[in-house]
Amino acid sequence: MSPHDKTPPRKGRGGFALGRRVLPLALLSPAVLVTVSIIFVPMLQTAWMSLHEYVLFRPNAITFIGLENFAAALTDEVFWISLWHTVIWIALTVPAQMVLGLVTALILNQAFPWRPVARALIIVPWALPSVVIALMWVWLYDPNYGILNDFLLRLGLISRSVPWLADPDTALYAIILTLTWQGFPFFAVMILAALQSIPQSYYEAAAIDGASRWQQFWHITLPGISGVLVTAVLLRTIWVANSIDVIFVMTGGGPGYATYTLPLYAFIKARSNLDFGYGSALAVIFTLLLMAIVIIYLRQTAKAIER
Amino acid sequence: MVAKRSLMRRILVVDLPMVLILTFALGPYIWMFITSITPQSQLFTTGPSIASATIEHYVRLFRTVGFFNNMVHSFIVAGGTVVVGLTVSVTAAYAFSRFRFPGRRFLLLQFLVINMFPIVLLILPLFVLFRILGLLDTHFALIIANSTIAIPFSVWMMTSYMNGIPKSLDEAAMTDGCSRLGALWRVVLPLCVPGIIATGIYIFITAWNEYLYALTLGGRNVRTITVAVQTLIGEYEVEWGLLTAGGIVGALPATILFLLVQRRLISGLTRGAVKG
Repeated sequence: MSPHDKTPPRKGRGGFALGRRVLPLALLSPAVLVTVSIIFVPMLQTAWMSLHEYVLFRPNAITFIGLENFAAALTDEVFWISLWHTVIWIALTVPAQMVLGLVTALILNQAFPWRPVARALIIVPWALPSVVIALMWVWLYDPNYGILNDFLLRLGLISRSVPWLADPDTALYAIILTLTWQGFPFFAVMILAALQSIPQSYYEAAAIDGASRWQQFWHITLPGISGVLVTAVLLRTIWVANSIDVIFVMTGGGPGYATYTLPLYAFIKARSNLDFGYGSALAVIFTLLLMAIVIIYLRQTAKAIER
Repeated sequence: MVAKRSLMRRILVVDLPMVLILTFALGPYIWMFITSITPQSQLFTTGPSIASATIEHYVRLFRTVGFFNNMVHSFIVAGGTVVVGLTVSVTAAYAFSRFRFPGRRFLLLQFLVINMFPIVLLILPLFVLFRILGLLDTHFALIIANSTIAIPFSVWMMTSYMNGIPKSLDEAAMTDGCSRLGALWRVVLPLCVPGIIATGIYIFITAWNEYLYALTLGGRNVRTITVAVQTLIGEYEVEWGLLTAGGIVGALPATILFLLVQRRLISGLTRGAVKG
């Protein structure tokens, strides 16, 4: 703290010290109060609902059933299907986004005349509403008039149109491609920022010592961006796991259960069956699983705030 | 000769891959646009093309489907969220940036964690809550719901921005007789304007693009643009000209805003992410 804080201006010494202790809390209180009432209280309510039999159109029959909803989930086949899809969903989407984002960032880090334009345009997928993204990919995937089938047919890669979203074998992967498309710009801009913070002199020194391009990448670039890479992967994992709007609009979870992920299952349970008890239990389970990743992320971040 | 060869090399290693990636990134959007200006009669015969461009789908979108109303609703909700999000978070950000007090780290992390909670965890209780309060299908409900995303985010964004403004400035103001709040109001806030604008625009885009809350908590009276686009998909299943026009209109405000501020926004976002 600077010396000015210790010299009390005008007010009495005691009042100022008290003010200094109370003021930050007073400044924080609106944000804290609002978040407590619109986020933490509702979250507790979800936990409460998950312990009850709570079907929306039977408001008088809310009964406490303990952990029965959770027990039911463990024997629910759809729960396990959804969980498995969530794992595939994260395990394919996040690395795909990362690799594509890394390549994009490495190219954007080179000098070429139209770089500012390219850097601005690459963000576009990220700025679009999920619903519009879903809509346009449904159009691309359209089995009759979609450009993807048209394109692949002309190249001779497929012999007849594939109903990408209606086929249970391809639907999930088709949506994963969509989400990869939506999310890779995020990686690109974050990695690019990290790349630009690596001093040019490192590369110059390495070049003088005769390091190859690949060695430079492996020993300078990669260590230089590793921190950001880890942060970005964790953030994206959380975000990808949570995102259900694109799936919901593209397939609504179908065909059958082919594109159910755990949060989507919770949402559909509550929305279509109005079974808020079971839906809440699924949401709670999903959140607890996600917390593992969140905690790793927080460990990373907590160090940074300490300063 | 050498210069020529290195230019060739650059084109092969840099420009060409960049063009490919940009084609992948923008192709779907451009294709959607081309579809939206193709006459309905041509769409299923010769396919989308720009040869005989038409605005028939856009006219229909606003005349018969009533897209304008949906845009107004989205605008009210997004604007309201910006106001709530910014008012609440500016003072909080000031406290985080200028004071060291017990519980600071915990509170700051709390705002970060909130952003990571799955939306399903909040959407169910908020629906029940607003149903009891009779607030379903109102702008208010959607503004509150969107604030659950906007507040934590803007607290972080603004804190990171204010950290970049030297403390010595408010200290100088206070030596000159300003109170703490006076220093915030007269010195720090004016310097924060670019940060506030960037944060506000980001909140606006997020709220404009938001879909699940709008679908669940909105309804017949308050139907935002994203819900309207999704409804189109159900109602006009094969009329791709109209659907894609809806997509273009729905995405336009957010896209334009984003391209306008992308530089500042990205530096703010990445700074927040890099430093935590």
